[in-house]
Amino acid sequence: MDKLVVSPSPHIHSEASVPRLMYGVIISLLPALAVSIFYFGIGMIIITSVSIISCILFEYLIQKFILKVRPTHLDGSAFITGLLLAFCLPANTPIWMVMIGALAAIGIGKMTFGGLGNNIFNPALVGRVFLFVSFPVAMTSWPEPGQWMKYADAVTGATPLAIMKEGVASRTVSEIMPEIPGYLQLFLGNMKGSSGEIAAFALLIGMLYMLYRKIITWHIPVSIIGTVFLFTGILWLINPDKFADPLFHILSGGLMLGAIYMATDYVTSPMTVRGMWIYGVGIGVITVLIRIFGAYPEGVQFAILILNAFVPLINKYVKPKRFGKEVKNG
Amino acid sequence: MRLKTFSQGGVHPRELKLSAGKKIEILPPPETVIIPVSQHLGAPSKVLVEKMADVKTGQLIAKSDGFISTNIHASVSGKVLKIDDFTDTSGYRRKGIQIKVSGDEWEEGIDRSDDLVKEFSFTSEEIRNKILEAGIVGLGGATFPSHVKLMVPKGKSAEYMIINGVECEPYLTADHALMMERGEQLVVGIKIMMKGLGVEKAILGIEANKPDAIQKMKSLTEQEKNIHVRGLKVRYPQGGEKQLIQALLNRRVPGGGLPIDVGVVVFNVGTVYAAYEAVQKNKPLIERVVTVTGKSLREPSNFLVRIGTPVSYLIEKCGGLPADTGKVISGGPMMGKALTSLEVPIVKGSSGILLMQESESHRKEILPCIRCSKCISACPMGLEPYLLMALGKNALFERMEEEKVLDCIECGSCSYVCPSARPLLDYIRFGKAEVNKLIRSRKAI
Repeated sequence: MDKLVVSPSPHIHSEASVPRLMYGVIISLLPALAVSIFYFGIGMIIITSVSIISCILFEYLIQKFILKVRPTHLDGSAFITGLLLAFCLPANTPIWMVMIGALAAIGIGKMTFGGLGNNIFNPALVGRVFLFVSFPVAMTSWPEPGQWMKYADAVTGATPLAIMKEGVASRTVSEIMPEIPGYLQLFLGNMKGSSGEIAAFALLIGMLYMLYRKIITWHIPVSIIGTVFLFTGILWLINPDKFADPLFHILSGGLMLGAIYMATDYVTSPMTVRGMWIYGVGIGVITVLIRIFGAYPEGVQFAILILNAFVPLINKYVKPKRFGKEVKNG
Repeated sequence: MRLKTFSQGGVHPRELKLSAGKKIEILPPPETVIIPVSQHLGAPSKVLVEKMADVKTGQLIAKSDGFISTNIHASVSGKVLKIDDFTDTSGYRRKGIQIKVSGDEWEEGIDRSDDLVKEFSFTSEEIRNKILEAGIVGLGGATFPSHVKLMVPKGKSAEYMIINGVECEPYLTADHALMMERGEQLVVGIKIMMKGLGVEKAILGIEANKPDAIQKMKSLTEQEKNIHVRGLKVRYPQGGEKQLIQALLNRRVPGGGLPIDVGVVVFNVGTVYAAYEAVQKNKPLIERVVTVTGKSLREPSNFLVRIGTPVSYLIEKCGGLPADTGKVISGGPMMGKALTSLEVPIVKGSSGILLMQESESHRKEILPCIRCSKCISACPMGLEPYLLMALGKNALFERMEEEKVLDCIECGSCSYVCPSARPLLDYIRFGKAEVNKLIRSRKAI
């Protein structure tokens, strides 16, 4: 020892670090990834690897050559963006399209705002919506689960939500239900849909793991899923012929993936518990409005992006509970 | 029964109480001591002795100089070598009295025996005077003169006295050792302080990681109807007085207010013990229990140390300075101060000396804020550290004031939990200083 280190307190630091948190999220996504590979096989493996590699590569290239800053492509956040982007694409999405999505996610969604911590919108959802509006047909042709040696040539069809949306225009819910996989199948993920959104149970396992590791708190997922359940439940009680039951709504589409992974993104979600409730309820309400009264069968991604835009406002006005009320001194 | 704790924020760092269970070892005086005249909050004391004067242990050498100030006594006997500026725990050079030790001759009238003196018949005023005379200040680290706390301002009333035996900082065990070995004296001290304050009820709060101390203090107070001992769930910063009051009584001290605003006065166990010695033994505050600890230290210990003893002397007594030492802290790892020199003296507020290994002495690389909100969840005062740091970086001090930066108790929980290792508390301290300047300039107009 030559010299003493002198710095202000605190002199110790918790184990937490950004890479640790990020890799914790990745670990929590592994069950869902396994289920998706089980149902979509080779297609899932291709789009996931392409998406992750593209996101990391684009982050590196943009930071190195355009922004000219020290690249942070290995901090885990680009990896998560890539993984989540793949999760919300159909498993038969062409490689080039996945790459465009990755470029939109990292380039538009993240780097234009100044990189990690500064983006307003969830990057993976920016990529997803970019592809959705650019290639609407490819983005709504969902491969049938179980064809796991097929990729581009997979047989496709409509998601349960799309069948329901089409159906209720002319028929009652009970007439449509036989065309939709049962609740157990929905829970296990045996349905058409975006590659990573299908398996509710695997996503819930991931959520429990993240809660256990204290990576996220329960407020956002519970407020979103709870709101959707309540809102669709009220509609269902009013008219069960026209509106599907709440269980169907929470088990289908991207709700679980959105509520557990997309909406809980640190950067684009509120900082306080009360803010999280406002945000979660807002996402739930807009999701149901789009699903039931809007033009699209699924609305989670739009709902999250819309509420993302409100987060700075929420953070500005919703404050944590201060310890003691102020007293005036002198 | 579920253990109580404070209801908002907080963290739980590894406790690492390496010196727990070690008996308090009485250290002989070193060769020279340096006794700073500013060891407490408030005005520095006025020096009463001159260079080359002979002093006795316990002799008054610097006098209280103002309402918020206190007395300082020689902790050893010998000759005054110098009255000069010396580096102290703050890192600044400030006035102190250097004494060359010879023998250990005590001032008359001080009872040095270990005999327990239970009975006392002093009035509140006599107790307050004795505490001022003895130079007692808050020994938990804040070093606020204790006699001032005993004077309840007009219009306020004290209902409870809370004794802080929480010791929530990792590593530190001085209060724990004191409760285990001087429990009987503490009970008498509590009664003295209750009398001095004029309260009927006292609660001693101890964290659950010291079950032996809880047990011991409970059995010692079994016969005392008005003194309650409460175990508390381990959670930092429970030793903060606002947190402790809320944990024990569920009363919230208002922002900008004092515990007396909710009818409470808080004393550390060390302070109460010092009060016992002052009142019952006529002994001024010239020594205190100090934990000397660290992962690489051969013998982490609890010492009874004369005020003014150099830190290097304590480290020698623990087996010498480990080769891998990177940082030496006065106090605990969460709120302690890093020392600039090992020759600084132990002062009234020194609860521990902590030696950090070189590998744990440096801060981590600062990464961008990812808005994980862990700093908000950790803040026991309900502040938004991420926001305060951003405001501080942009010199928006008025906004910092609106965001209640002055409520910050500087516990460090925010910086501790930040996954991006951002120096949140550094910017908050900076902001507090600037906001205080703003407020002063407003008053000046």
